Amino acid sequence: MTTITENSIPTPRRGIRDEMVAFVIMTALLLVVPLTGVYPFFVMQALCFALLACAFNLLIGYGGLLSFGHAMFLGSAGYFTAHALKVWGFAPELGILVGVAGSAVLAVVTGLIAIRRQGIYFAMITLALSQLLFFVYLQTPFTHGEDGIQGIPQGYLFGLFNLAKPTTLYYVILAGFLAGFLLIYRTINSPFGEVLKSIRENEQRAISLGYKTDQYKLLAYILSGTLAGFAGSLKVFVAQNASLTDVHWTMSGEIVLITLVGGLGTLFGPVVGAFVIIAMQQYLAGFGQWVTVIQGAIFVICVLTFRRGIVGEIAHYFKRSL
Amino acid sequence: MTNRMTTLLLGTALALTSAGIASAQDKTIKIGALSDQSGLYADLGGPGSTLAAQMAAEDSGLMKKGWKIDIVSGDHQNKPDIGVNIARQWFDVDKVDVIVDVPNSGVALAVNNVVKEKNGVYINSGAATSDLTNAQCSPNTVHWTYDTYMLANSTGQALVKAGGDSWFFLTADYAFGAALERDTSAVINSSGGKIVGSVKHPLNTADFSSFLLQAQSSKAKVIGLANAGGDTTNSIKQAAEFGITKSGQKLAALLLFITDVKAIGLETAQGLNFTETFYWDLNDETRAFSKKFAARMKNGAPPTMVQAGVYAGLIHYFKVMDAAGSNAHDGIKIVNAMKGMPTEDPLFGKGTIQPNGRKIHEAHLFEVKKPAESKSAWDFYKLVGTVAGDKAFTPLDKSTCALLKK
Amino acid sequence: MNYQALFAQLLVGLINGSFYALLSLGLAVIFGMLNIINFAHGALYMMGAFAAYFLLNVAGIGYWPALILAPIAVGIFGMILERTMLQWLSGLDHLYGLLLTFGMALIIQGVFQNYFGSSGLPYAIPDELKGGVNLGFMFLPIYRGWVVIFSLIVCIATWFVIERTRLGANLRAATENPTLVRAFGINVPRMITLTYGLGVGLAALAGVLSAPINQVRPLMGADLIIVVFAVVVIGGMGSIMGSIITGFALGIVEGLTKYFYPEASNTVVFVLMVLVLLVKPSGLTGRAA
Repeated sequence: MTTITENSIPTPRRGIRDEMVAFVIMTALLLVVPLTGVYPFFVMQALCFALLACAFNLLIGYGGLLSFGHAMFLGSAGYFTAHALKVWGFAPELGILVGVAGSAVLAVVTGLIAIRRQGIYFAMITLALSQLLFFVYLQTPFTHGEDGIQGIPQGYLFGLFNLAKPTTLYYVILAGFLAGFLLIYRTINSPFGEVLKSIRENEQRAISLGYKTDQYKLLAYILSGTLAGFAGSLKVFVAQNASLTDVHWTMSGEIVLITLVGGLGTLFGPVVGAFVIIAMQQYLAGFGQWVTVIQGAIFVICVLTFRRGIVGEIAHYFKRSL
Repeated sequence: MTNRMTTLLLGTALALTSAGIASAQDKTIKIGALSDQSGLYADLGGPGSTLAAQMAAEDSGLMKKGWKIDIVSGDHQNKPDIGVNIARQWFDVDKVDVIVDVPNSGVALAVNNVVKEKNGVYINSGAATSDLTNAQCSPNTVHWTYDTYMLANSTGQALVKAGGDSWFFLTADYAFGAALERDTSAVINSSGGKIVGSVKHPLNTADFSSFLLQAQSSKAKVIGLANAGGDTTNSIKQAAEFGITKSGQKLAALLLFITDVKAIGLETAQGLNFTETFYWDLNDETRAFSKKFAARMKNGAPPTMVQAGVYAGLIHYFKVMDAAGSNAHDGIKIVNAMKGMPTEDPLFGKGTIQPNGRKIHEAHLFEVKKPAESKSAWDFYKLVGTVAGDKAFTPLDKSTCALLKK
Repeated sequence: MNYQALFAQLLVGLINGSFYALLSLGLAVIFGMLNIINFAHGALYMMGAFAAYFLLNVAGIGYWPALILAPIAVGIFGMILERTMLQWLSGLDHLYGLLLTFGMALIIQGVFQNYFGSSGLPYAIPDELKGGVNLGFMFLPIYRGWVVIFSLIVCIATWFVIERTRLGANLRAATENPTLVRAFGINVPRMITLTYGLGVGLAALAGVLSAPINQVRPLMGADLIIVVFAVVVIGGMGSIMGSIITGFALGIVEGLTKYFYPEASNTVVFVLMVLVLLVKPSGLTGRAA
């Protein structure tokens, strides 16, 4: 059986050097963004989506599991953080903690259910679970249903950094993104990550080698969900609201799209994908629903002819690991 | 994926943030018409509201005096987060001065925060919630056309007087529905009626059958529809299909627009009582404007009260700008000047703006005509009564707006 | 207990159940043959409703011919999709089929949204089925009764064709072992295309039936398809009859929920899915996947 990822597993030594160079370039570029005059709101949003897609990619790219419900972590963490900040008056760091902890719990519960099936069933089950949560959030009072939670105070991080200032907020979001990114990088290159990859390539063999593959998959799912929740908590500070949009299945589809465009199973693919897709949405904004059509077309093109994604194609061409 | 077009604005995004310093003789105005451009409220606001803004700009005479007026429009898709993103980007990047229309109370309240934060001007015509001039009032906001207090007060009271003393609510599950149910319940309770139950339905529902069945089994005399636009037309049509209206229960369309009556058809809509503050066939001036307006609409529809409110609100704003001579880009200052000047326009007549931002004018109680009584394509309403402005809206001493406590 | 309300809610549930059954039946047929979960199913259901709308408003062709013409037209459209896109996926991971059809769904829904907005277009109930009868214990709108009965007939007919005819036998054989069936001189690719067309046609038929009840909206199938996915997970995709029965049964469960605890009516199918997964992960009638 073929696997969902066509991108090959990095060859250790040279791969790590390539990745380091790419990481330094990416970080340097992101550090100077506020000096360029680019609308910071755009970059912050793209960073949140990049982290979200990286978390998603951990599951599909390295674990071979396609979740079609990852919006549930983004949206849930967003609601939890927003509620903690606005209603309980928590400090930003505590608000983020609430969101991340909440999505971790959610990941454990949904993971135990979804992991019972694989392949397309896993995709359909995660989709259905996120839709279940969508209706729950539509009806529970604390989310304010259609109205969402609005006007969320940004506050002072650790009592020091004023998050209402765009530049400060930008560097905080960037720090959060880099932390999440490095954690994922570390995971992929750990023994745990190696087992995960072997499960993706051939689950039967992994089982026969004595690995309890279900446990590995569940752990990957929980880590992925928790990090997606972290992205959702960060996004609250950027958007200053939490709404149903972030738990809707269209959002889950968008996460898949970002990762697919960037390159499933590549380290930097989700980041590139996030910037490409968010920029496209911005530039094509005037064309109304044609944006949806274009996104659909990108899906179709990617699946039919471009399965490695942008970064995957580049890596393949230069025979590098990215 | 439509939802994440969130941030989408007409074309400009990644634009460089230029430090726009207003000169003393700045005669530019940028207006953002934020509405539901393609959903269930598109007919009552939408492209028609953008047209109304354009006509206001043309009729203001400011262009001849050297002013430059730009109008952009945006589609909030009835999602507060999308509305907020558009509004924020309009202020940050596109340097918009005024946001008009904004139907959907949930979006309207969310945008209200942004306008206040950015010190812009907000002339809301489309939203219903009376919270805009009460608990959530803002010094940057004028709420022009109508609100839930006024609707409850006028339609609710009239129906209780006509014998409808037990009510069941069918409520759109967001800020608007909640506000309308709350305000109407208060009126019913104080006029001796009682509420026997209510059910919330999601915004933009297609099949109301199970909600209507709940309303039917409540045996209430009146089923109060605390919803709007496409939701209202669907509930009325399906109530007819399930034989609810024939069995003696009365429907109360607490908010009904002329475009809704058109969508339902007179056969089903006849006899409904409801309140509006504008109707195209009220007098010579409304007829003259509506004729010009309809000629420029794709489907030849006359203006709804929301679209009329966009026009009238901007006419008043332009008068204030004209008197000032230049645009100071200071929202609070401009809104205060608007409150200080009595209003007069061809569509709503004479009126005032209260310190809490509430625009005061007459409200009219209408009844939908029978098919035989209708003489032309949009001849739908019979005027039943008129409530004076000071009686129709929340009295100032009852308003909970913090601006009033000084 | 208010029996009138209970029966009325059950009827509403049965109508939804009819749509679940028709859609999950189509999904099962397509999955059996193509090994693809057709995410575009909801979009094609919507196209069925729009086809009926166009037939009426452009060509003046009414409900009854539309009931046949719309599924055929959309079915042909589906076969074109299969020929031009889906067939290139054979040999790839099944998830690519899901992604591709998801993309197709976005394209189709986006195009319709551009031209028709997102609110509903009215489609009148045909004159013959207007009005309702008072059965004593409930008021039955005739059209809604018709939808339930007609869907049931279509479902059973489909089951009969697949399980009891020669054509169906070939089809089932091709699902089990395409190479062997090809050896018998049967054109398997053509059979796959026709099967996809049949599944899509069933979705379009559900769309036509739904038009007078739910109005014609570009996003009418988008949320429905997710519920149908849950139905499929519950029922398993192993048997045709299984998906029919599960579809109707879940509609009834939803109707009961609407009567006893309306707040949960949106979520009950998903909750049931979770319960079934915990007890019998392969679904009620399904084979292990």
